[in-house]
Amino acid sequence: MSLKLEEKAISSKQQFEPLIVAFCCNWCSYAGADLAGTSRLNYPANIKIIKVPCSCRVSPNFVLRAFQRGADGVIIAGCHPGDCHYSTGNYFTRRRFTLFANLLEYVGIEREKFKIEWISAAEGNKFATVMNEMLDSINKLGPSRKLRDGRWIRQQ
Amino acid sequence: MPRIGAFVCWCGTNIAGTVDIEQVVQAVSEMSGIVYVKDYQYMCSEVGQNLVKTAIKEWQLERVIIASCSPRMHENTFRKAAKAAGLNPYLVEVANIREHCSWVHKNKEEATKKAIALIRAAVAKASLNTELIAKEIDVENRALVIGGGIAGIQTALDIAEAGYQVDVIEKSPSIGGKMAQIDKTFPTLDCSACILTPKMVDVASHPNINLYTYSEIESVNGFVGNFEVTIKQKARSVNLEKCTGCGICTEKCPSRKSKSEFDEGLRTRGAIYTPFPQAVPNVPVIDREHCLKFNTGKCGICEKLCPAGAIEFGQEDVLVTKKYGAVVVATGFDIIDLDKFGEYQYQNHPDVLTSLEFERLTNAAGPTAGKFIRPSNNKRPEKVVFIQCVGSRDVSSRGKSYCSKICCMYTAKQAMLIKDKYPDIEVYVFYIDVRTPGKNFDEFQRRAVEEYGVNYIKGMVGKIFPAGDKLIVHGVDSFTGDTLKIEADMVVLAAAAQAKPDAEVLGRKLAISTDTNNFFTEAHPKLRPVETHSAGIYLAGACQGPKDIPETVAQAGAAAAKVIGLLSKRKLVSNPCVSVVNEDLCNGCLSCLKICPYDAIAAKELATNNHGITSKRIVAKVNEALCQGCGGCTVACRPGAIDLKGFTNKQITAEVDALCH
Repeated sequence: MSLKLEEKAISSKQQFEPLIVAFCCNWCSYAGADLAGTSRLNYPANIKIIKVPCSCRVSPNFVLRAFQRGADGVIIAGCHPGDCHYSTGNYFTRRRFTLFANLLEYVGIEREKFKIEWISAAEGNKFATVMNEMLDSINKLGPSRKLRDGRWIRQQ
Repeated sequence: MPRIGAFVCWCGTNIAGTVDIEQVVQAVSEMSGIVYVKDYQYMCSEVGQNLVKTAIKEWQLERVIIASCSPRMHENTFRKAAKAAGLNPYLVEVANIREHCSWVHKNKEEATKKAIALIRAAVAKASLNTELIAKEIDVENRALVIGGGIAGIQTALDIAEAGYQVDVIEKSPSIGGKMAQIDKTFPTLDCSACILTPKMVDVASHPNINLYTYSEIESVNGFVGNFEVTIKQKARSVNLEKCTGCGICTEKCPSRKSKSEFDEGLRTRGAIYTPFPQAVPNVPVIDREHCLKFNTGKCGICEKLCPAGAIEFGQEDVLVTKKYGAVVVATGFDIIDLDKFGEYQYQNHPDVLTSLEFERLTNAAGPTAGKFIRPSNNKRPEKVVFIQCVGSRDVSSRGKSYCSKICCMYTAKQAMLIKDKYPDIEVYVFYIDVRTPGKNFDEFQRRAVEEYGVNYIKGMVGKIFPAGDKLIVHGVDSFTGDTLKIEADMVVLAAAAQAKPDAEVLGRKLAISTDTNNFFTEAHPKLRPVETHSAGIYLAGACQGPKDIPETVAQAGAAAAKVIGLLSKRKLVSNPCVSVVNEDLCNGCLSCLKICPYDAIAAKELATNNHGITSKRIVAKVNEALCQGCGGCTVACRPGAIDLKGFTNKQITAEVDALCH
């Protein structure tokens, strides 16, 4: 009996396919993701990218919405501080989301599940590495149910 | 719900190899709003584009989804196609199922699912798209070239020849750059000065070119077509108009302690100096750090002797602000500091030289008047050892991981020049690999070995020991495994090329990015080699990566062509994806105004009439000509009154929802 339970637990764990929403700025990180593509690097299909003009366009509302609608992780990727196409946009991102990450942690979303990364257009490698690492840690932590809408059902 | 048409591209096997197109088409046709789905092998081809155009007309499509490569690649292509078919170009959305899907995933099932999800997000966004109309902005008819080396000179000449005004900014007192220091050029052994100086004179005399030497960029504002650049003209202490370039002041200056930058420190110069005799402009400059007048208050000999009365000790730095339509960065390169390479004794022994110092030493106008002698004892050397890849292809932290590209060729050239003048001098070259791709390059290097008898040794040098007046070079021949000891009289180090130390600072001022080695990044490594990601800013020469003179000149010409193309347009189409304020919601807190990096938001007084009572309140107002569409203000807005066209809150939320389907 206990063996069966364990098996069940294992199979349900294997079924856990995390969903990660990545907000990428048009000038650096989106191009970095393109470079990961042109260099044929591999990262898991669980990561899905939304293009924004600048990382500072990302509102905390979008992040909350993603967690609410079933995302297990959210990542915001922008140009390196100092390299912003709009000169100062990513500084705002950094400040806003440093505070916001604290709030998320307080409500029970682990640090590993919400990240801000600086990925330049030349860092295809970094893009793939960051995504692979993020997926690894989310796989270990399991689904994010804390902010999830109760009515949400994963459609396969 | 608008009528949406979706077009799925196979991209040959690039997408179709990992994504099941049939399944995607099936899934997409079931999405809400979709009235038409079509797949084709190459959507970007003429046939593919015509498919889009015909479908827009036949199916009265109101939105178009293209599932293909990155929007950075072909979004414009499809926007143009939509426009041709009478659809507003901003009603087209691209789902990136190549770079972000088929190329990064191997499992066909997963990739297909993800492609469907990405298209679903695009459909969700597109159904909320609105027609956007781009505005026209004026283009300032003048270009700025930063850097007066061969790259900057060529760019400026090409732009000026096309009839546009060009300003050239050079940090040092004269234009010319590194090429002016070089003795001969490979592979033709042309005299460098003989081919460069006429171009320098052309720049100085061209009616469309304005030179700012001894000047730097202070700040850059604005955007493509309308850059506003502040230039700092450092105090030269000599009046550019009055000076006749007679040279009396430089001869009579009693201070002789400063090392000549142009001669790589192999010669001293006065505190008032012209970098080299062919300098453009041929006007000296006072090095205030070493000038006796500035340090002690006494002297002033130059002022007394100057027949033109051009010496002006009281000059101050001047800031000039000008508008430009386009900017070309041509700031060049430097060679690395060798202080981390103690084993080569560069710091300790005068006969260990860098290649650039060697150029000055063999130059007829150089410190030895072209006589090839050892700096330590003024005797002719009998054995010369060249060491390549000093700091290049070096993955340890002290060097650079890249190949500096030019060293193999200039080392062969320098070795050949020695053997040509003095066949009895023995010349050795230590190398890792000889890399000579380029027209007539390999033949040139082989001539050095076969005709001139230069000894090429594959291997690195471990250490150099000074012994008496000799330098004992300990190396390894990696073909035979033998350790070698060569008693050399002179050692020449091919030090790695590196980005200018202030490249990052300049990059920040211009908002263009640098790579991990601080070289400026081009917009696309293959297809947009001279453009940067900032529209209207272009790159030329070694500031983008090590390159030789012909490549630099070619790139300079390419950058000039891009600038001419830009300046020839009277008007530019502006990005219509700008912020917009909902005045009904705005509470006038003006948080947006404070964070806008372009000063595009201003306060506006709004008069409202409420049952005959007029009241006034403040709201934010976006200047669409200045707004660049970063969207920072939208998040800062507390009542949520500002939105970004093309990336509205609703659109992004819809995308999030669709991805989390």
